Amino acid sequence: MTDSKYFTTTKKGEIFELKAELNSDKKEKKKEAVKKVIASMTVGKDVSALFPDVVNCMQTDNLELKKLVYLYLMNYAKSQPDMAIMAVNTFVKDCEDPNPLIRALAVRTMGCIRVDKITEYLCEPLRKCLKDEDPYVRKTAAVCVAKLHDINAQLVEDQGFLDTLKDLISDSNPMVVANAVAALSEIAESHPSSNLLDLNPQSINKLLTALNECTEWGQIFILDCLANYTPKDDREAQSICERVTPRLSHANSAVVLSAVKVLMKFMEMLSKDLDYYGTLLKKLAPPLVTLLSAEPELQYVALRNINLIVQKRPEILKHEMKVFFVKYNDPIYVKLEKLDIMIRLASQANIAQVLAELKEYATEVDVDFVRKAVRAIGRCAIKVEQSAERCVSTLLDLIQTKVNYVVQEAIVVIKDIFRKYPNKYESVIATLCENLDSLDEPEARAAMIWIVGEYAERIDNADELLESFLEGFHDESTQVQLQLLTAIVKLFLKKPTETQELVQQVLSLATQDSDNPDLRDRGYIYWRLLSTDPVAAKEVVLAEKPLISEETDLIEPTLLDELICYIGTLASVYHKPPSAFVEGGRGVVHKSLPPRTASSESTESPETAPAGAPSGDQPDVIPTQGDLLGDLLNLDLGPPVSGPPLATSSVQMGAVDLLGGGLDSLMGDEPEGIGGPNFVAPSAATVPANLGASMGSGLSDLFDLTSGVGTLSGSYVAPKAVWLPAMKAKGLEISGTFTRQVGSISMDLQLTNKALQVMTDFAIQFNRNSFGLAPAAPLQIHAPLSPNQTVEISLPLNTVGSVMKMEPLNNLQVAVKNNIDVFYFSTLYPLHILFVEDGKMDRQMFLATWKDIPNENEAQFQIRDCPLNAEAVSSRLQSSNIFTVAKRNVEGQDMLYQSLKLTNGIWVLAELRIQPGNPSFTLSLKCRAPEVSQHVYQAYETILKN
Amino acid sequence: MIGGLFIYNHKGEVLISRVYRDDIGRRQAADSAIFSSSGLPLEERLRNAVDAFRVNVIHARQQVRSPVTNIARTSFFHVKRSNIWLAAVTKQNVNAAMVFEFLYKMCDVMAAYFGKISEENIKNNFVLIYELLDEILDFGYPQNSETGALKTFITQQGIKSQHQTKEEQSQITSQVTGQIGWRREGIKYRRNELFLDVLESVNLLMSPQGQVLSAHVSGRVVMKSYLSGMPECKFGMNDKIVIEKQGKGTADETSKSGKQSIAIDDCTFHQCVRLSKFDSERSISFIPPDGEFELMRYRTTKDIILPFRVIPLVREVGRTKLEVKVVIKSNFKPSLLAQKIEVRIPTPLNTSGVQVICMKGKAKYKASENAIVWKIKRMAGMKESQISAEIELLPTNDKKKWARPPISMNFEVPFAPSGLKVRYLKVFEPKLNYSDHDVIKWVRYIGRSGIYETRC
Repeated sequence: MTDSKYFTTTKKGEIFELKAELNSDKKEKKKEAVKKVIASMTVGKDVSALFPDVVNCMQTDNLELKKLVYLYLMNYAKSQPDMAIMAVNTFVKDCEDPNPLIRALAVRTMGCIRVDKITEYLCEPLRKCLKDEDPYVRKTAAVCVAKLHDINAQLVEDQGFLDTLKDLISDSNPMVVANAVAALSEIAESHPSSNLLDLNPQSINKLLTALNECTEWGQIFILDCLANYTPKDDREAQSICERVTPRLSHANSAVVLSAVKVLMKFMEMLSKDLDYYGTLLKKLAPPLVTLLSAEPELQYVALRNINLIVQKRPEILKHEMKVFFVKYNDPIYVKLEKLDIMIRLASQANIAQVLAELKEYATEVDVDFVRKAVRAIGRCAIKVEQSAERCVSTLLDLIQTKVNYVVQEAIVVIKDIFRKYPNKYESVIATLCENLDSLDEPEARAAMIWIVGEYAERIDNADELLESFLEGFHDESTQVQLQLLTAIVKLFLKKPTETQELVQQVLSLATQDSDNPDLRDRGYIYWRLLSTDPVAAKEVVLAEKPLISEETDLIEPTLLDELICYIGTLASVYHKPPSAFVEGGRGVVHKSLPPRTASSESTESPETAPAGAPSGDQPDVIPTQGDLLGDLLNLDLGPPVSGPPLATSSVQMGAVDLLGGGLDSLMGDEPEGIGGPNFVAPSAATVPANLGASMGSGLSDLFDLTSGVGTLSGSYVAPKAVWLPAMKAKGLEISGTFTRQVGSISMDLQLTNKALQVMTDFAIQFNRNSFGLAPAAPLQIHAPLSPNQTVEISLPLNTVGSVMKMEPLNNLQVAVKNNIDVFYFSTLYPLHILFVEDGKMDRQMFLATWKDIPNENEAQFQIRDCPLNAEAVSSRLQSSNIFTVAKRNVEGQDMLYQSLKLTNGIWVLAELRIQPGNPSFTLSLKCRAPEVSQHVYQAYETILKN
Repeated sequence: MIGGLFIYNHKGEVLISRVYRDDIGRRQAADSAIFSSSGLPLEERLRNAVDAFRVNVIHARQQVRSPVTNIARTSFFHVKRSNIWLAAVTKQNVNAAMVFEFLYKMCDVMAAYFGKISEENIKNNFVLIYELLDEILDFGYPQNSETGALKTFITQQGIKSQHQTKEEQSQITSQVTGQIGWRREGIKYRRNELFLDVLESVNLLMSPQGQVLSAHVSGRVVMKSYLSGMPECKFGMNDKIVIEKQGKGTADETSKSGKQSIAIDDCTFHQCVRLSKFDSERSISFIPPDGEFELMRYRTTKDIILPFRVIPLVREVGRTKLEVKVVIKSNFKPSLLAQKIEVRIPTPLNTSGVQVICMKGKAKYKASENAIVWKIKRMAGMKESQISAEIELLPTNDKKKWARPPISMNFEVPFAPSGLKVRYLKVFEPKLNYSDHDVIKWVRYIGRSGIYETRC
């Protein structure tokens, strides 16, 4: 008997026939009919009209028939919600069936029927099934919670299913554990803030135990969940790594990749000096190579991930170049990815082999692959200097083949080689010029034009060559037009006598006949430069070019770190964060690698966000950029203690120019309206020079305070928190905290350059704030900050700046500038940095003041879970300049009377009630400015709990 | 997680469609087959993603550029078996490696139930496939997909359920969810027997000058076990690390077998093998599934015995003629015989005629494959054979040079090119009364060519 016959019935009146058959008394006939219905459903026919008849077949003890009916229900229940209710009774009954397979089937199917009305009836059976004696039913019920949550999240929470699900993590059956983990992970993803997957060393231990026993899929769920955990220190990270490494030998590639993800992530926390670190690195290479013998689709996933891993930790695979050699019958997607990795791994040691391979590839059939191979040869030249000569000669050989796309690709890379090694390989220009006519792609044309312009003095007929391009100027793409404009200006500056006509022609083409603003603006700039000061024009246009970097197509370090957290998933295949391709709220949680700190302090602090938590942790205190911009743009960014503010009035958008600090921004920001030949641009050179001078004088104000912070015992210092994530500041990451040491306040900053370029010219400025906090010295960063470098700096502050009440009171808005841009962020400073040393009030005075302050100014707070006794409390508070004026014991309770004074002279009086044995204290605060009370209370909390 | 799973035939018609998540358009997906026949406008048809897969991937003019395709924020993972497409669809950031592993597993399971994956077989078994999909994928999460376990309760007859006793039922569920999900209790054989096949494929890429550019062996140990009860097995081979560790105890052993030990670059194991034990002691112990399974895979790159050496000589005589001479040398013990030898010499696209002379075997020019195929049935070790051919070319004005694809080879040899030797496979079954000695064991070595290419 074959089932394929069900696919072939296409008679008219079929529905009626089916109806009759479904209502037949014969079991076999019924089953046949349901099969026909399912077949019709599969090929896309609408058989929803048969709903009541099919549901009638549900009450059967034939499991196969039951499954078919269920399948039908899952498909059509949503379109017929009222009739779907008819099925509920059978489901509820089936959930009580003695056969565990039927109980599980019922609960599984019920979860798939996405009709609101049904969900109410689902709760009771589900609750029972979650506690079923049979593990098969429990593992099915665990997934059903996730299904129900997807339909009605509130219901799941109200019914307490989440707690039951959490309990299942401790289940004795590994598969139940795995499914519970999978369900919880998915639910947690839609509630990033909830602490649903409360991972702690105990639960991690349970997961690691289950890992050894469950199915391959379960292992994946568990490993993916483990990857979201942040160990408390390097020891814990190492012990988890040790228990995860055996998974690297699993036959299932997904298990291997998920294990790699956990290891790559936790490795961040291990010290590089550790022996174990080296062992782990060695252990990672073989399994990664083995992934390449899997089926091609998996190879592709593996290669995309290896691409990330090689960028993050090149040392892992540096000796494995050969395995990435392309095989003749690899699918094209595997070939292209292998090529990418080959270039990343190319080094002096293996370059000969690599080049020989690339040369082979350049003769293959697939156009994309050949192009990439040619480009790769150029990239090798740039990356490995010793090989440059060989690469260039290989490229010349390839140009001789005259294959159109090979020639074009070769010219594009040769341009980069010229950039990297100026005045070395120009002898090949003649060969390049021979192929001028065959270039039809914009990128290749632009590259060729660049070469002609750059070396105009050595090419006799440069003017003719460029002129030939000029004929079809308007048909060229923007890229070519811009390049042509620049090249002709270069030519003019080098050979002014013969080419005046040409340059006038191109300038008028660019400025008058073009409607592309970029082209027009560039045309005007050149025009003005040439007409006002040809010497300056020469300096600008023929300026020395910065070196190009060795590596190309590198992923931004912050994105790379995020993608490492997503190894094995689609994000790692697309090389994009999930938010770029996932709709809605899911998957937008930004993941980051754990910091390499072993200190226990950092994890206790609520401020250091654990990995997996959203990066914008305090979105409510950061005002929109717009608000900030208005205030901060009016401030000059020079150091406030020295030098007069820069005259900003001379330029219309002075602040912007100042901050941008160069011609680039000038060109970019030039308002459309300021055209005309009379326009005089502010000299590009003077602006940065001014800034530099005033910076320089600021440097002479030395503060010895910066040294020794942290060694002295002083008021409590919160661990550094990230204030400005690198994502928001073009690669500059700023974290910091506030300290108070012997009467001086300072802001301890840690600046990290996560971009690919060097950062210089740092400056800092505060907006007006409630207590007049202002930098007492300029930001002193002497050396440029190179990529991946971190600098720690302590910025002394004073409280003599201008005052403006902020909301919240302790909000501080900061602007930081570097050579790239200006960045704004805001942070909350703890109030206790403002508690002055002479804040101890006389006893009499205290009593009088306490009475004097009206009662409505009194505020009461509870400080919970503080295990200290009165003595300890008193001494700890004193180190933060909260002084105990008197102490009394009333009915077994310790009463502490305390005073403190803020930098602006506001006194705060406090009564702290401590009951021995009770960790909750009562704090009453009295102050003439009651709005500070809340923040003083927070200061108490912070000091006492850390 | 996986939002839906579809099976298409080569025309792009949906044979099986199962939707697990609401975000994948179920009705539209199912209706797509109608749309294509009825006269709806094209945009209407493209609106649903599953149809888009057919248009963009199955019917794409170009070669497939990636096994993962993102169309309208929906990701499609596909694998192809003969002319059947399996596509998993999702809108979330799923574990991509897991999805592909699952699709392969799905193919294995289907093959285990009804043999070859073809349109005919899929249509014949569609009820079974739905039943399987319901079981092995729940809300898009893969569940136990070991055929051994599945076959205990998903049968093509589908009537087993009524006759099961309570014990049988709980046995099934504990097996499906249990620690040893791949084996059921109570298996009995009159004769306890096991077969071990060491199957290796040797891969080579050689330069025209005879330099080894890359060579590796990827091997598999496949076991067929017909053993009673829950036997505890321990597998040993001439792994360098193990031999050296033992060698410290008995110097004698090292001198004997130390030379023959092999360095394994990496290995992976079937899920029955206790990985933590391998990690700590490097011992391979397991309770095997019943019947055939792949115990381990491994890879070696050092000291590989390359069974054949190919020496090519290609000479272009003017623009219309090529002279090709290829020598193959067998490089193993003269007492052994290689079989099914095939050498494939590519010819240019503009070949008009070929004359071949070979000393041994048969050679033929196959115009449709653009190659000279030279077949030799058997060849002993340490022998040499030669073929020479004259290729006439049609004059063309094609600027592009002939890419000269490599000469490839196929063969089968009765030894393991990596040098791997099985040292023992011990079986313990504490509850039943048979011992290791009572088990009949068979070991066989087969070395096959993987991608065995010499550039010319």
